[in-house]
Amino acid sequence: MIEATLRLPRGAFTLDVALALPARGVSALFGPSGCGKTTLLRCLAGLERAPGGRVVVDGQTWQDDAANLFVPTHRRAVGVVFQEASLFEHLDVRANVEFGWKRLAPSQRRVSVDDAIAWTGIEPLLQRSTAGLSGGERQRVAIARALAVSPRVLLMDEPLAALDAARKAEILPAIERLNELSGITIVYVSHAISEVARLADHVVLMDAGKALAAGAVGDLLSRLDLPLPPGEDAGVVLRGEVGALDAPWHMARLDVPGASFWTRDPGLPVGHRIRLRVLARDVSLSLVEQPGSSIVNQIPATVDAIADDAHPSQVLVRVRTHGGSGEDTSALLARVTRRSAQALALAPGLGVWAMVKSVALLD
Amino acid sequence: MDAEFAADLQAVALTLKLAFVVTGLLLALGTPLAWWLAHTRSRWKAPLAAVIALPLVLPPTVLGFYLLMLMGPHGWVGEATQALGIGLLPFSFAGLVVASMLYSMPFVVQPLQTAFEAVGARPLEAAATLRAGPWDRFAHVALPLARRGAITAAVLGFAHTVGEFGVVLMIGGNIPGATRVISTQLYNHVEALEYPAAHRLAALLLVFSFAVLLGVYRLGPRGAAVASPTADGAPRP
Repeated sequence: MIEATLRLPRGAFTLDVALALPARGVSALFGPSGCGKTTLLRCLAGLERAPGGRVVVDGQTWQDDAANLFVPTHRRAVGVVFQEASLFEHLDVRANVEFGWKRLAPSQRRVSVDDAIAWTGIEPLLQRSTAGLSGGERQRVAIARALAVSPRVLLMDEPLAALDAARKAEILPAIERLNELSGITIVYVSHAISEVARLADHVVLMDAGKALAAGAVGDLLSRLDLPLPPGEDAGVVLRGEVGALDAPWHMARLDVPGASFWTRDPGLPVGHRIRLRVLARDVSLSLVEQPGSSIVNQIPATVDAIADDAHPSQVLVRVRTHGGSGEDTSALLARVTRRSAQALALAPGLGVWAMVKSVALLD
Repeated sequence: MDAEFAADLQAVALTLKLAFVVTGLLLALGTPLAWWLAHTRSRWKAPLAAVIALPLVLPPTVLGFYLLMLMGPHGWVGEATQALGIGLLPFSFAGLVVASMLYSMPFVVQPLQTAFEAVGARPLEAAATLRAGPWDRFAHVALPLARRGAITAAVLGFAHTVGEFGVVLMIGGNIPGATRVISTQLYNHVEALEYPAAHRLAALLLVFSFAVLLGVYRLGPRGAAVASPTADGAPRP
């Protein structure tokens, strides 16, 4: 567990959180810019001190002001990746990666320099000076450098925010694999829901210095009672596996609890674990199945809840798919016009067909 | 002629000795001072920075006069040095060192301070997250990143000490072998109408000063990186 109780006034807001994050997988601190995510991360790293605070990571107490204990940053088993790579310009790439590793006692070196280099794919850069690297390359070196100190938790502060879309696309898969490859717990700060949907297992939603809600990514993003970014980005994250392939048509069936989606073949074997994102704008609702439609993914479901969307003409509808047995269901969000909702008499408990136009395979 | 040349050599040797001692002491003292000035938010920052910069604008004779008063038999410093059994500093090599340090301090502290400010907090924070303690961060991140400022500080401090005159005359007098440096020896030559000898020393100082400044200006941000040591102190491959 990562437990933190922190309170720190910060101009526009007061950071005031009591966090409990799982000490495995990827946890995202998600919220708008200036909501205190970065301050929280800096407190976890010991770069800032919230008076009276408490930080316990994996059973190690890093801060407990009640006992007058504050472990300085350089004695915490923490890795930090900042928004800008902040490489040491006077060292080449390899020396940057080895900087922290060299300062560990040999018994503490659970991650080798070679592992850190391999996981981030920076072998071709090792002899280069830091000056000629692209933004994406710099960030990968920064990640390798942080991994090489064998941290109990890797804190990443919007590591993609300063990169353009092409560089993001280059580095996201590397971050995605990181937790799986290294087994290192990651706390990832972001204001981009697409990154959170793709990377996070556990999400803490923050606003104005407070943690509004926390939970598994699938549960949290399907909630309608939270100030999640509405509009284009509303959607759910589902986890499952490749269920079947239809080779002649280059299609694959992706199975999640209580639903299956046919989609174009991603080239993955049957049984491969996958993560899907289904955006509310890609889901419409029908009272009856539509055999004469090009939409192949028509999923029987029951309306669960209805909430306002960003625009007054629209509502977000949460439906639960009909699982084969008991709890085995998934939630989907559908965006429909208020007029349609009225015409269809949508209300909790009503049986509907969710017409899913497209799903995005995230990993 | 031979005796005159020997006297010149003695002055050159003394000047170099003074410049090396002063530069070494100033780097040792000026580095923490510059570090503090670069990072403090104390209200004493501005007054202290102004005091350090005073020699830039004051006539050397003013500085020399006050130092003479302070270090003389009735000054606080003079009474202290006498009580400690060191004797009086004016008209001695030690007095010259103290005066030169004050006079050259802005030339050492200001480049260092600017360089430390340019490094900023982020590389040091990154180093802290990479297990580097405070001294480690200073020695292996801040100093290497500020090396251009450090080299500039050392060179300017050295050159400025070599070229001083007014303070030397006020504090050191003109004692051969103890306080007679190139600039005062040059003054003697001119007073004695020994123009060829004066030319020799003047040209020496002129060429030296030009070479130093040329070196400093050549030492662009890129140029300095070429000869930079790595964090291990090993040369860059």
